[in-house]
Amino acid sequence: MTDQPLLSVRDFRLEFDTFDGVYRAIDGVNFDLIPGESLGIVGETGCGKSVTAKSILGLVPTPPARVVSGQILYNGEDLLTVGEERLRALRGVEIAMIFQDPMTYLNPVFTIGQQLVDVILAHQRWRPSEQRLNRAQARDHAIDMLSRVHLPNPERQLDAYPHQLSGGMRQRVLIAQALSGNPRLLIADEPTTALDVTIQAQILDLIAELMGEFDLSVILISHDLGVVASLCQRVVVMYAGQVVEDASVTRLFSEPGHPYTQGLLKAVPHPGRAASTLSGIPGTLPNLYDPPAGCRFQSRCAHAMPMCTTVPPLYAVADGQRVACHLHAPEASRAGVA
Amino acid sequence: MIRFTFKRLMLMVLMLLGLLAITFTISHIVPADPAALAAGPDANVEMIERYRVEYGLDRPLAEQFLVYLGKLLSGDWGKSIHTTRPVWDDLVTYFPNTVELVVFSIAIAVLFGIPLGIVAAVNQNRPIDHVIRVLTVTGVAMPMFWLGLMAQLFFALKLGWFPLGGRIEMMTDPPQAITHLLLVDALLNGHFGTFVDALHHMVLPAVALCFPALASIIRVNRAEMLETLKQDYIVNARAQGLSTFRIVAVYALRNAMLPTMAMIGLRFGWMLGGTVLIETVFDWPGIGLYAVQAAISSDFEPIMGATIVLGFFFMLTNLLIDMIYGTLDPRVREQV
Repeated sequence: MTDQPLLSVRDFRLEFDTFDGVYRAIDGVNFDLIPGESLGIVGETGCGKSVTAKSILGLVPTPPARVVSGQILYNGEDLLTVGEERLRALRGVEIAMIFQDPMTYLNPVFTIGQQLVDVILAHQRWRPSEQRLNRAQARDHAIDMLSRVHLPNPERQLDAYPHQLSGGMRQRVLIAQALSGNPRLLIADEPTTALDVTIQAQILDLIAELMGEFDLSVILISHDLGVVASLCQRVVVMYAGQVVEDASVTRLFSEPGHPYTQGLLKAVPHPGRAASTLSGIPGTLPNLYDPPAGCRFQSRCAHAMPMCTTVPPLYAVADGQRVACHLHAPEASRAGVA
Repeated sequence: MIRFTFKRLMLMVLMLLGLLAITFTISHIVPADPAALAAGPDANVEMIERYRVEYGLDRPLAEQFLVYLGKLLSGDWGKSIHTTRPVWDDLVTYFPNTVELVVFSIAIAVLFGIPLGIVAAVNQNRPIDHVIRVLTVTGVAMPMFWLGLMAQLFFALKLGWFPLGGRIEMMTDPPQAITHLLLVDALLNGHFGTFVDALHHMVLPAVALCFPALASIIRVNRAEMLETLKQDYIVNARAQGLSTFRIVAVYALRNAMLPTMAMIGLRFGWMLGGTVLIETVFDWPGIGLYAVQAAISSDFEPIMGATIVLGFFFMLTNLLIDMIYGTLDPRVREQV
C-alpha cells in the first residue's frame, strides 16, 4: 500500500440552478482515498454525500448541476474535466458504483443475463483486442460473477427478470454487474438502506469479502454509523455540503471532534440505555439557497462563537483526525481572529 | 399467452354483441321509417304496412334483434339501398381499400414517430426539439382534409409527382381478387406495374391521413422517453459504462414503448373509422365513404355491416397491441 491517493477530492463545489435560485449543494469538499482503503462518508439526507459520489463518475446531470470549482483526481487525472468519452471508459472498468435501492436500479424489461452480458460486452471495447470476450464468453463470465456474489443457481438466474428476485438478490446482481469489469474502486451509495436488517448484514459481509478478493478500494456512503463502523477504516462526516470531520473509525467513535459528530453519536440508540437519554440535535438544516457565511452548522451549535462566520479549515487534531471547527484551532490563531 | 388470447377472444364476442345491440337500437329509434323507405316514395299506407309485416318491423325490438343476429350468422348481411348490392359484397369491395390505406399510413406514422420522439426527448429544449414540436402541433391542429387538399394542390397539381386521387389508373385492369387487398393481389398475380401504380396512388392520402397519428406518437414517445431516461436503471446503466446510444435505443426505448404502443393501437382504430374525410378528398373507394353515403340515405343495413367490421377490427387491433405488450414487458405476461 502506497500513500499516493487513488482518489483525491479537492475543494469540490457544486451548485444546482433551480427555479428558486442557486442551491449550493456542495461547498468545498476535501478528502483522499488511498489504495486498498475503505472510506465511509456519513451524513444525513441532503448533506451532499450522494451527489459527491455521483460526481466522481460524472452521473450528476449538468444542467441543472454546475461544478463551481475543485478537482476530483483519480490516479492524478481530473475526472471533472476529462469529458464524457473518457468517463465512459472508466465506468465499470476502473470505478464502479452500486446504488441504494436494488428494486429500481435494474431494468424491469430485460433479464438479469441480458443486463449482465450487455455490461460485460460494453467493457470489452477498452480491452486489448486479443483479450476481448465474445458473447458466449461474456455469458460464462456473467455466471461466474453471479456465483462469486453467492447467488444460488447462477445459471438459472440469468433468465430471470428483476421482479422475480428479492431485494437482497437484486443487490447481489448489481454488485456482480459492478464488479464484472474488475474495477479498482467501488462506490457503494447506501447499498443496504432499502434492505432488511438480516439482508443488510449479508450484503456488508459480501462487500467485505469481495474487497479482499478483487483487491478493491471502497467508498461507502451511508447515514448509518453502524454500517460504516462495520466496514470502513476511515470516515468522512459531511454536513450541509461540507466535510466537518475526517478520522479513523476508532478515533471517531472514541473522540469525536466536531460538535455535529458528537451530536450524531449521542443520537445513536444503545441497547440497555433508556430511550429518554437519547438526544437529538436541536434546530434544522440551514437553507442552502442562502447558506450562512462560514461554518454551516453554527446555527445549531452549542459552541458557536463570533469566528464561526469564517469557514473553518480542516484542523489536524490528532494522528489522522482532522476537524473543521474553530474549537480545534491552535490557540494563537483563535486569539488572532477573535 | 394462449390462455390469454383465448380469454380475450371470448371477451371480444361479448363486446361485439354489445356493439351490435347498441348500433341496432340507435338505428331503430332514429326518426326514419325503414319500411317507408323500402316501399319507395309512391307507396301508400297499406303498402308500407305490408312491408313492415314482411320485414318483421312490426315485432318487438328485441325479437327483431334476434332475427337480425340469426341472419348475420347465416351470412345474410342485408342489402344496401343505395348500391343495390348485398352489404357483404360491398364490404368485401370497400373495406380492404381502407385497410391498405390505414396500414400504410400507420406504418409511416410509427416509422417516423418513434425516432422523432426519441430525438426530441434526447435533445429536450434544444432547437431540434422545438422544430419537432412545431411539426406535432401542426399535425394535431391542422384538419386532415385541409392537409390533403394542400398536398393535392402542391404535389399533384403543381409538381405532378403524384396522381390527384383514386385507387388506381382508370384504364388498368384490376388483378384477380384473391385477398381483395389490391397491393397484395397485384403482387400475387405478378402485376408489378399495377402494384407500383396502386402504391403511387396511396402515398398522398396515406401521408395526409398519418399526420394526427404521427403527431400523437411523437408526443407520447417523447414524454415517455423523458420519463424513462430519469429512471434509476438508466443511471445504473450509465454507471456501468454502457454507451448513450445503447441506453437510449435499447434500455430506455423498450420501457417507453409500452404507452406508445397503446397510443398506436388507439390511433389505428381511430383511423379505420375516421378515413372518410381523406377518402372523400382523394376519391378513395373505402369503407368510410361507403358508410357515410349509407348514413346520408338512411340505409341501415350497410351502416350495421360497416359498424360490425370496423368494431371487429378495432378490437382485433387492441388484442394485438395487448399481445405485443406482453412480449415487451415480462410483468404483463405474468399477470394474465
